Amino acid sequence: MAYDKFTTLTSSAVPLPIENVDTDQIIPARFLKATKREAFGENLFRDWRYNSDDSPKQDFVLNNPIYSGKILVGGNNFGSGSSREHAAWAIYDYGFRCVVSSFFADIFKNNAINMGILPVQVSPEFLIQIFSAIELDPHTKIEVSLPNQAIVIQSTGASESFEINGYKKNNLINGFDDIDYLQAMKSEISAFATARAV
Amino acid sequence: MSQMPSTLFDKVWDAHVVRKIEDGPDVFFIDRHFIHEVTSPVAFLGLENRGLKVMYPEHTFATADHNTPTINQHLPVGDPLSANQLMALEQNSAKYGISHWGLGNPKNGIVHVVGPENGITLPGMTIVCGDSHTSTHGAFGAIAFGIGTSEVEMVLSSQCIMQPKPLKMRINVNGSLGKAVTPKDVTLYIISKLTTAGATGYFVEYAGDVFEKMSMEGRMTVCNMSIEMGARGGMIAPDETTFSYINGRELAPKGAAWDKALAYWKTLSTDAGAIFDKEYNFDAADIEPMITYGTNPGMGMGISQSIPKGIDLKGGTATYEKSLAYMGFQEKDQMIGKKVDFVFIGSCTNGRIEDFRAFASIIKGRKKAEHVTAWIVPGSHIVEAQIKEEGILDILTDAGFLLRQPGCSACLAMNDDKVPAGKYAVSTSNRNFEGRQGPGSRTMLASPLVAAAAAVTGYVTDPRELM
Repeated sequence: MAYDKFTTLTSSAVPLPIENVDTDQIIPARFLKATKREAFGENLFRDWRYNSDDSPKQDFVLNNPIYSGKILVGGNNFGSGSSREHAAWAIYDYGFRCVVSSFFADIFKNNAINMGILPVQVSPEFLIQIFSAIELDPHTKIEVSLPNQAIVIQSTGASESFEINGYKKNNLINGFDDIDYLQAMKSEISAFATARAV
Repeated sequence: MSQMPSTLFDKVWDAHVVRKIEDGPDVFFIDRHFIHEVTSPVAFLGLENRGLKVMYPEHTFATADHNTPTINQHLPVGDPLSANQLMALEQNSAKYGISHWGLGNPKNGIVHVVGPENGITLPGMTIVCGDSHTSTHGAFGAIAFGIGTSEVEMVLSSQCIMQPKPLKMRINVNGSLGKAVTPKDVTLYIISKLTTAGATGYFVEYAGDVFEKMSMEGRMTVCNMSIEMGARGGMIAPDETTFSYINGRELAPKGAAWDKALAYWKTLSTDAGAIFDKEYNFDAADIEPMITYGTNPGMGMGISQSIPKGIDLKGGTATYEKSLAYMGFQEKDQMIGKKVDFVFIGSCTNGRIEDFRAFASIIKGRKKAEHVTAWIVPGSHIVEAQIKEEGILDILTDAGFLLRQPGCSACLAMNDDKVPAGKYAVSTSNRNFEGRQGPGSRTMLASPLVAAAAAVTGYVTDPRELM
């Protein structure tokens, strides 16, 4: 599934300053029963967002109209636990295109990129600066430039660079995906498989 | 010619790199691919949308496990959404020529239990599945890890995924394990020391005499939990224990193929002097039966200890306090004596025969505590048959327990095996996240021995007192 291209995103951000946000919180297992990739955003952070009677929990950030935007800012070790790509689908379907944290779990990071969501890893100090800027002004804009590999807090001008490998960067900027790449090298794979013969 | 000393991980990884992409991932060849009903349907949909075929259907194996009932499996599945996923797996497998072990098939069970017990999982292989506990298969000296659904589609269509090579970590545990200290306690101890993100970015090799002396079932429990400290996977060098476990299993190599495979497997160990990016050493004598008190698997402690103060730990105290508040526990609380409502033994972590033997060793001659609901769920039909053959079923029945049918069950509570809000479960599974075993459920992870002690007393109990 080729995804949207990602170049530069400028948006207000939704703060979630909780550490170790695991994929069971992002999308609980009981919502993984679909056979199509549709409407997962409704259940994003389901049990933090809704009471058991489906009424919204007023103190959860997604239910606070002050906060909105295409960037989700999470605490350290975001996306740990299950490999469910549904977590990335839910974040995408809700409308986020970028997740910022000081540390990501491996599988989640892969799944996010494969979905066209940019995971931006910043230093713990810069993460605190982002949370503070949003606290001061919930409408503050964050600019994420993939070509420049830079993230800027517009209200303070503070910026930091982030890492991404050249292959994935090129994929995201151009909307290419791994499956196309692999299809283009099928004969090389087939020769490799024959030589291994397992 | 002298070569640089190499690690077990390097030997297996490097043998599977089809192409190295400059400033990018490796194109990584996959020997064995397991699929289940939850993370595969969208991958098959992707194939259809692109008009692609499955490149090597004989290297993919399907089993239904995540979303299956654990009673009355002969009846139609009640939940229409679950039934739909199970049907999709069956139809997709049939359409593309993939072996499918659905509900009722004598080989059916949890993917990470049936792979090894049927001889599909072998040393030196690369193994993936859309499930993070695929790390289990590393117990055989394989590189095995969980992948997302996009990657499932990649493996189906090209037998490869794109992976940057992880860093290497070795965790050595030496010495003798104490009374009632099981492989589950070893892994919960390691995770409590490294934290839930302590091995992120690394692939782990477990080494030392504790693992050398461990059974294959125990090694699978340890490798299974590698992901809970963030590692993509964990592995243990294959040895005589590994070879004798595999020998004779249905899909394992036979005759001349066995001899050839065995000769290769014997080369799979880390050379003396090989360098790891990080190395930890632990003393087996420091480990006691473990239990978790919080909402991630790194929040574990020796069962006789008291809950640590957040200020003494790494990480933010706000998150720590949120976690304890969810559990209804306080800093400095003793875990022993806490009331237990549910006990779950099973899952890809502790759903193998050795786990049920351990459980039975404590409940034999005792009775289930009246207020405890217990779910006893074998990892596969083969495990279920062993439970019956060895007389464990009689011990369970005499003590007032019911043996259920195989599946992932209450580990992730996708089926009806859900712990109600606010209730406490001692669980032999792998995750104690908020709501993992049902919305509002409170999970304490532990070994089968600690689970058995809780099941017969109704409270968190040191199993050493019952042995």
